[in-house]
Amino acid sequence: MSNEIEAIKDPGLPAHVHRRADTDPKAAKKAERQVAILFLLSSLGTITLIGAYIFIPQDVFIFFPVLGNTNAHQLFLGLGMAASLFFIGMGAIHWAKTLMPDEEVVIQRHEFRSPDEDRADFVRTAKEGAAAAGLGRRSLIKRSLGLSLGLAGLSPLILLRDLGPLPGDSLTKTSWKAGTRLVTDPGDRPIRPEDMEVGAVAQTLPEIAPGAHRKLSDIAKDAVLLIRLRPEEFNLDAERLSWTHEGIIAFSKICSHMGCAVALYEQQTKHLLCPCHQSTFDVTRAAKVIFGPSARPLPQLAIKVDSEGYLVAQSPFNEPVGPSFWERSS
Amino acid sequence: MTARERIAGSVANYVDERTGAAKWMKKNLTKVFPDHWSFLLGEIALYSFVILLLSGTFLTFWFDPSQREVIYDGSYEPLQGLEMSAAYASTLDISFEIRGGLLMRQIHHWAALIFMAAIVVHLMRVYFTGAFRKPREFNWIIGVGLLTLGIVEGFLGYSLPDDLLSGTGIRIAEAIVQALPLVGSYLAFFAFGGAFPGEAFIPRIYTVHVLLLPGAFLALITVHLMLVWYQKHTQYPGPGRTEKNVVGYPLLPVYMAKAGGFFFIVFGVTAFLGAVASINPIWLYGPYTPAQVSAGSQPDWYMGWLDGLVRMAPPLESYIFGYTISWNILIPGLIVPGILFTGMALYPFIESWITGDKREHHILDRPRNAPNRTALGVMSLTFMMVALINGGNDIIATTFDLTINQIMWFSRIGIFVLPPLAFVITKRLCLSLQRADRDLVLHGRETGRLVMMPHGEFVEVHEPISPEKAWLLTQHEQNPPLALEENDLRGVRRPGVIKNKLRARMSKAHAVAVPKATAEDLKEIEHH
Amino acid sequence: MKRLSRFRRHRAVAPLLLVLALFSIGTTFSVAGASTGSPLTAAEKSALIDEGQRIFLKGCSSCHGLNAEGAAIAPSLIGVGAASVDFQVATGRMPVADMSQQIARKDPVYNEKEVEALAAYVSSLAPGPGIPGEEHLNYERDGSTAEGGELFRTNCAMCHNFAGQGGALTQGKYAPTVMGVTPRHIYEAMVTGPQSMPVFSDKTITPEEKLSIIKWIKAAENEPQLGGAALGRVGPVTEGLLVWTLGLGMLVGVAVWLAMKAR
Repeated sequence: MSNEIEAIKDPGLPAHVHRRADTDPKAAKKAERQVAILFLLSSLGTITLIGAYIFIPQDVFIFFPVLGNTNAHQLFLGLGMAASLFFIGMGAIHWAKTLMPDEEVVIQRHEFRSPDEDRADFVRTAKEGAAAAGLGRRSLIKRSLGLSLGLAGLSPLILLRDLGPLPGDSLTKTSWKAGTRLVTDPGDRPIRPEDMEVGAVAQTLPEIAPGAHRKLSDIAKDAVLLIRLRPEEFNLDAERLSWTHEGIIAFSKICSHMGCAVALYEQQTKHLLCPCHQSTFDVTRAAKVIFGPSARPLPQLAIKVDSEGYLVAQSPFNEPVGPSFWERSS
Repeated sequence: MTARERIAGSVANYVDERTGAAKWMKKNLTKVFPDHWSFLLGEIALYSFVILLLSGTFLTFWFDPSQREVIYDGSYEPLQGLEMSAAYASTLDISFEIRGGLLMRQIHHWAALIFMAAIVVHLMRVYFTGAFRKPREFNWIIGVGLLTLGIVEGFLGYSLPDDLLSGTGIRIAEAIVQALPLVGSYLAFFAFGGAFPGEAFIPRIYTVHVLLLPGAFLALITVHLMLVWYQKHTQYPGPGRTEKNVVGYPLLPVYMAKAGGFFFIVFGVTAFLGAVASINPIWLYGPYTPAQVSAGSQPDWYMGWLDGLVRMAPPLESYIFGYTISWNILIPGLIVPGILFTGMALYPFIESWITGDKREHHILDRPRNAPNRTALGVMSLTFMMVALINGGNDIIATTFDLTINQIMWFSRIGIFVLPPLAFVITKRLCLSLQRADRDLVLHGRETGRLVMMPHGEFVEVHEPISPEKAWLLTQHEQNPPLALEENDLRGVRRPGVIKNKLRARMSKAHAVAVPKATAEDLKEIEHH
Repeated sequence: MKRLSRFRRHRAVAPLLLVLALFSIGTTFSVAGASTGSPLTAAEKSALIDEGQRIFLKGCSSCHGLNAEGAAIAPSLIGVGAASVDFQVATGRMPVADMSQQIARKDPVYNEKEVEALAAYVSSLAPGPGIPGEEHLNYERDGSTAEGGELFRTNCAMCHNFAGQGGALTQGKYAPTVMGVTPRHIYEAMVTGPQSMPVFSDKTITPEEKLSIIKWIKAAENEPQLGGAALGRVGPVTEGLLVWTLGLGMLVGVAVWLAMKAR
């Protein structure tokens, strides 16, 4: 459509407008002074930086509005550095804007496409070279080359095998066994049921031998949250109820969604909230998921009391704890 | 010849005799760059990268990338005597024992956030002006690659100190890897050297963060810049600017001074932020242990949308023949981002397929003149914003007295409803702006002065616009949609009927526009 | 003396004398009215309980029942202990002003004496957690900051955030900030588990551990800004916001100036 109708014409580059510094030597001198002042401010900044580094002790705090009581060494070091850099930039840009030539230059673009002759030459060279290599004819070379390169490419993968062990049953087993005592985290003190009031929570870990040291990889599977409710508040089937003790219920503290620690217990609603993605679990119904992206409840640890009256696990978890994985069967 | 000229001359001679540098130096020193502030956004990213290299190198002199357990005995009292990894302890030492250490840590982290923000605004500028069209498609793909690598690099970087917040993030990343079907648990154990958190992860990501990814960045950024250099920068439409020229300023001296100066500006602003604003106060987070977590745990902003997607995902898992597939992790964590980023990378080719336009473009589009593209861009941004907002839903809830449940539902529904709404609204807005442009050309600028005609009618005086402005408003192309007939000249059905129908329909939608004013239209009006 | 009398008619004399007078009257009152802190006699205790009951009947029984037995709208107070009353009333949470989402801290309605009376009355109904005395709140002496931090991060941070700034719970509830709360009230909150907060029993978090937590909280509260403006101590959300506003704002501002033609 627009081809037949006359379009509005391009009026061409507008006439050049001179800056004050181009025509008036006084304005040029003023601009020069301004640039110099900017560069001098930068030097002041560097001096502040050096002075702060050497002379301001690291434990002095100074009050500024908005910033509050802030570390003077860090603040003046940083402000000095910022000024030292910023004003070099301002000076250079101001110099370019006011004093360097600002007449627009027009250059022509060239077509990227190579001339046809060059293209033909390239094709011919490539063909001749390929023919000279003889891959087309010598299929034995081609096939054996393919095999050797392919196998060689495999070796880095083989060499990386020892990056880590195979998962084995690591994802399905924790340190909890029948009779393992629950101890406080931190503190490692065993817990009796009467230590906890109704509405109380306790962060726990499995007891370890005296002098032994827990690894973070163990904690990442073993952390358990103890919560005490009134027994009548539970809404559980008989089996799950038998895993509780006098209103005390134990869950894996590792979120079944993506593994964050779930310990945010709302005493009045009896809900557990994971702060990472807001999965919400109902403690009265064995940590059933009632909101959020988690697809499975938190695994429940069956607990009872041992002969000395301390809370212990009845058995290991009945399912893997933590986030899901392919081999997890439920 | 002055003494200075003589010395400069002999140096130049020395170099030129060995490299032949004079020829290409001369060519490149006079290279012309168009001047517009929006062309500096990519430079912010480039300079931030340099700042990251410099400040990062400083940090590597003191950082110990080891998960070996140590007892802290530095000067920060609230952590004294506690067990922590050497990585965390060395980061505390950088913050409190090394002069300038905390400043450098903060500059490094602020630079990383600015780097990512600059990439995003630069990407938006390139997208909305259509700078990714031929011959710059490959540069666009490199750009998307830089964005993706930047997200990974930033995540690994802030995870190095092994503090509670970043450790929680690593736990979540490990859960994504572990959720992969078939290979997930193996990959996770190989990456971590065993069960999470293990002791191998921090040292390994250190190598990736300071060696492998910076190397990849250097290579990609070099190619990215060389392409801009060789293909010459695009320019905004305007009088005197054509597809066959570049109007701007030469490298020496103007561009060197401005661009070089801008480096110092970016560095200065980053240093200013590092001086006055606290970032990543790891001493408050505490060392990482899987039994702890903080309320309001979020990743850095450029991963906030990922977190938001994961939060709003429905709780879907499938159990098939004794195997688990966690859709609630795979969809928001891998599948949707994968589709988005692949679509983004391939967009230049998608658009040229729709329009059938195979020509070179060096003049940028004004966004209103490409309504479909602009609307699609705003739609994508809306999607990202909904996801981003949901990523901070707990902080937003406590700040604005809302509930996380409300925000979650708003996001779950909004992520489907708001983007198409944004598309429609934006497209309509672009067409209105086109109409306004047309009116401006044909009827001139409204001056606000009223004149009474002899017969009593009041009219507003319109001033005709300048020829330069008229050119700016009408220089754009308005291409007709592709005409793809079902049958060719001999009546034989063209293969790929569905594909072609789709293409034709999309091409038609893409070409919707208000016809621009022409000289004929102007003449007609003059006769009024 | 002669020197001073020269200023007898100075115009600053009147306001200065006024300030002096107010100051001396005020201090006299507070010194004279200060209690000695000695334990109450049985008669004084009984008077306190009666006073408490009077206040209770007037200001609390409409929701909590005439005998503090509770109703649909408010729980029973029998057995909650003096600690609960002190926490809820002295932090201004009780009496409730806004019953929507959650009962919030506000300016207390009752003064110290009235709170003491209320606490005495409620604790007289049934035994419950008592108000910790000053001797039991010496966190500077008995607590450890580092241990307190570890305890805080394990038991408190998931609701109250790593720096005690507070956090979101479900359905609009929230864990408030623990900054600016007296040590006594922090202790009482841990012991009584107000509203959504669970109870932290003395056996699972010992009194010494509770004092360590308080010591850490106070250290965090008084910690100056080590790296600059704290941006709320809520993590990456506000940091990202600053980059997109101040950071990019400054940089784009300079970029626009850079590309503008000079006059």
